[in-house]
Amino acid sequence: MAEKKSLGKEFTKGLIAENPVFRLVLGTCPTLATSTSVVNALGMGISAMIVLVCSNIVISLLRKVIPSKVRIPAYIVVIASFVTIVQMIVKAFVPALDSALGVFLPLIVVNCIILGRAEAFAGKNSVVASAVDGLGMGVGFTIALCLMASVREILGAGTFLAGAQNLLVLFGDNVLGGFNGFTLPWTEYLTPMTVFILAPGGFLTFGLLMACANRLAESKGKPRAELGGCQACPMAKNCALLAEGKACNDEKKEGEAV
Amino acid sequence: MILVKSFLAIILTSVLTENFVLCKFLGICPFLGVSKKLNTAVGMSAAVIFVMALATAVTYPINKFLLVANGLEYLQTIVFILVIAALVQLVELVLKKFMPPLYNALGIYLPLITTNCAVLGVVLLNQTKGYGFAESMVNSVGAGLGFMVAMVIFSGVRSRLEGADIPKFLQGLPIVLIAASIVSLSFMGFTGLVDGIFA
Repeated sequence: MAEKKSLGKEFTKGLIAENPVFRLVLGTCPTLATSTSVVNALGMGISAMIVLVCSNIVISLLRKVIPSKVRIPAYIVVIASFVTIVQMIVKAFVPALDSALGVFLPLIVVNCIILGRAEAFAGKNSVVASAVDGLGMGVGFTIALCLMASVREILGAGTFLAGAQNLLVLFGDNVLGGFNGFTLPWTEYLTPMTVFILAPGGFLTFGLLMACANRLAESKGKPRAELGGCQACPMAKNCALLAEGKACNDEKKEGEAV
Repeated sequence: MILVKSFLAIILTSVLTENFVLCKFLGICPFLGVSKKLNTAVGMSAAVIFVMALATAVTYPINKFLLVANGLEYLQTIVFILVIAALVQLVELVLKKFMPPLYNALGIYLPLITTNCAVLGVVLLNQTKGYGFAESMVNSVGAGLGFMVAMVIFSGVRSRLEGADIPKFLQGLPIVLIAASIVSLSFMGFTGLVDGIFA
């Protein structure tokens, strides 16, 4: 049992101190792939947050019913159901977002953040705490995505919040006076660096922001972010690679997570 | 001849121009996590190719004759992830019992692959691209090969990074990501290659 923390702390820890993207290094694939524009990033972050909160609630409710031996498949079914629901809603009401996110919308199922939170938190804690934890992690994920996307969109396309109507269509036609993003003033004289929108720019932006996050963490006396890949992976407990000490991160094998 | 040509185009596309890791951002976790040494990189990618091909071979008929035939396409995500998870467990058991040498080579990587987005990704992409069975298989193997190419190249880059004098604030993950960015940049050079050959 985790020690009792106040709900406020459960929420805020996901924002900065345990930010899933920059501190725990989880969910790198969607972070890199969907941060090409702020609107896409917001859509992805909100979709993932909804799945995270709902699956955390249901898993927490079922935590005494699910036998621990089959918990991973059970969690996957719960998560996949919510992903399907979100996918259908997005397809029906925000079709432009559906085509922008493409395969990464159904791939929320295998997002390590969600399975990781189910395993590390929702399976052991009360419903309210799990919901708040999911919300905090979801907001943290969205903030990180938007940060990445702001850098990439401003440098790579010279716009900010372009295509906002794609998301706002949820609230009706031409909300906010048909606001559809800003075009930055200097694009008249400077051609945007398209490479930031493309794959290499994603890796580069992520690397540089990660360096900044590390610097901030070190100034607060916290350790640098290491690739959680293996230890944070929900499969860590039954992973033979870890058990044999051949872990992906050789030097970090004793840090058995969860 | 036309068939061979289209298969070749699919393979070249999925290995070079639309490389899963470097251009589509699928399977980043193993790409960053297991690429430290060449032998683990090769072992992991071999397991990925194997599971991708198998997953496609199993999910294609399930999708066509069970889901689409009954109008249950919306269950695809749930069914695919469960089939893949069950399949990986099954393969592990079968290999352990009947093919110990292969199990020793690939077995340790298999559990890691269950929740790997590249495997589910390739199955879903075959779906959205509307590939038939043979095309799906070719695309899956091609995607796996692309994963292997990226892993092998990147493990070479990382072994160079080990000895490099890296500024303190970039040490660790940031420099690995920046290196990945440069490798990815080099893969952008293949843009338009397939169209150029098969025009």
